[in-house]
Amino acid sequence: MTALLSKPMSFYLLGENAAVIQGCAPASLICQRRLWSLAQQLRVLGGYREVVPGMNNLTLVFDPELTNGAAQLALLADLWDRSEAQDFTSRTVPIQVNYGGEFGPDLELVAAHAGLSPEQVIAAHTAAEYLVYFLGFQPGFAYLGGLPPALATPRRATPRLSVPAGSVGIGGAQTGIYPAASPGGWQLIGRSSLTLFDPELAQPSLLQPGDLVRFVSL
Amino acid sequence: MNQRQAKSKPKRKPATLEVLRAGIQTTVQDQGRSGYRHLGVAQSGALDAPALLLANRLVNNPGHFAGLEMVVGPIALRFSDASCLAICGADFDADLDGVALRSGWRVYAQPGQVLTWRGARQGMRAYLAVAGGIAVPEVLGSRSTDIAAQFGGFMGRALQHGDQLPIDVVAAAARCERSVGCLQRLWTPELRVLPGPEYAEFGAQAQQAFWQQAWGVSHQSNRMGYRLEGTPLMRAASGDLLSHAVMPGVIQVPPNGLPIVLLADAQATGGYPRIGVVIAADLWKLAQARPGTRFCFIQSDLAQAQAAQKKWQQEQYRLEWSLYGR
Repeated sequence: MTALLSKPMSFYLLGENAAVIQGCAPASLICQRRLWSLAQQLRVLGGYREVVPGMNNLTLVFDPELTNGAAQLALLADLWDRSEAQDFTSRTVPIQVNYGGEFGPDLELVAAHAGLSPEQVIAAHTAAEYLVYFLGFQPGFAYLGGLPPALATPRRATPRLSVPAGSVGIGGAQTGIYPAASPGGWQLIGRSSLTLFDPELAQPSLLQPGDLVRFVSL
Repeated sequence: MNQRQAKSKPKRKPATLEVLRAGIQTTVQDQGRSGYRHLGVAQSGALDAPALLLANRLVNNPGHFAGLEMVVGPIALRFSDASCLAICGADFDADLDGVALRSGWRVYAQPGQVLTWRGARQGMRAYLAVAGGIAVPEVLGSRSTDIAAQFGGFMGRALQHGDQLPIDVVAAAARCERSVGCLQRLWTPELRVLPGPEYAEFGAQAQQAFWQQAWGVSHQSNRMGYRLEGTPLMRAASGDLLSHAVMPGVIQVPPNGLPIVLLADAQATGGYPRIGVVIAADLWKLAQARPGTRFCFIQSDLAQAQAAQKKWQQEQYRLEWSLYGR
């Protein structure tokens, strides 16, 4: 654990109004947790345009008229040194899914690729516990860690022009849910009717970094 | 005035801008949405944000007010109430009830008058500001349309025939009757760029090609990003990057070696190497570059980026002062 923590981080500017803190590959959960806690501290400090965690990195967008990049890099380095991997009291968010059929047109393909039956794919997909690493790609889209390696399936050679909102898919070693209709190249195995993002709510995104997700077959 | 009086005041019919012809991809935009990228929400906002800001200043609106981004005409809009308007950005062919309008000028509109905007002669995008601003509801702190996510602006979409855009006329026309104009920013085919975090991963040859060639704007460019045409840039380093935050101005190089400059509607995170970042003061130039336009990247530094931003602010103060004496 300490070995992971002692790996050097890098701190750099991205253009004139963003500073980035980046951990070394391969990504680690410890590093990610420290970044979540750093993001929390920066939001409490306030005054930033954006505080955006990525995969083992965090980008801070500031107003270059009010501060400068060198000061922000120094602040990030200092806060990082003093940060700890927070013990997150993770919420577990159950997500009910209609697997297969019209909702999951690629379930058979994923099963064939894994050498499993569709039922075994559903069993494996629902048995795992997934961690929300960060949000991106579209509003409320969660990058989840924890897909059983056996279910990893390459993306479609030709992306679909429109994937329905709520679609649950597998793309390479990742799984996720499309909050809104969009073009997409993932293999679709099911669909959820949950609203993942509602801009009218005080907390628009159902899923937050650090949350645990369990898929439940309907 | 006490509350009772305020209540008894007759409620006036809200002023509107009626869409007689919508054009293509005409959207309500302001200076964009900030503070929600960590939820995956794009910035949105005017692609040529300085042009919308100038148009707002001309009609005495605060800079954050919403206007219309106009790309492909013909667009026809009818004013229900007296107002004043200004259009900045691209040079265009437009009139108000037959009287030709000029880019960068403010004019007074009588109730019932029709503004017709037929398209850009030079440049790509024009911005209409109306005194009082387009008063669509704010969503996540902005009135900008997020087309992909389908929220913000007018019902989360581009304008259509028959739409009635609400205008907040309370602050409107009083100080607008004199017709005035402003100098618009000069477009040149040069964008100043700061080297990005993965710049060093491109070999000397690719770095040279990045700075020295004239890049063309691809027809596949849109509000998310401008795709460039030219000699592909080969990355010397291999391996994938972990997903990181990206923002407008970031120049990504996907595996085909042809750079993409991200713009206002770009997604919040990406994973391609970032060879550079266009300085904030020059990003508007891409918004006005049509497909086929050629331009060059000029290597810049932080001091230049900050000086350019300061210069732009001084231009705004000068305009404010000359218009309103403050």
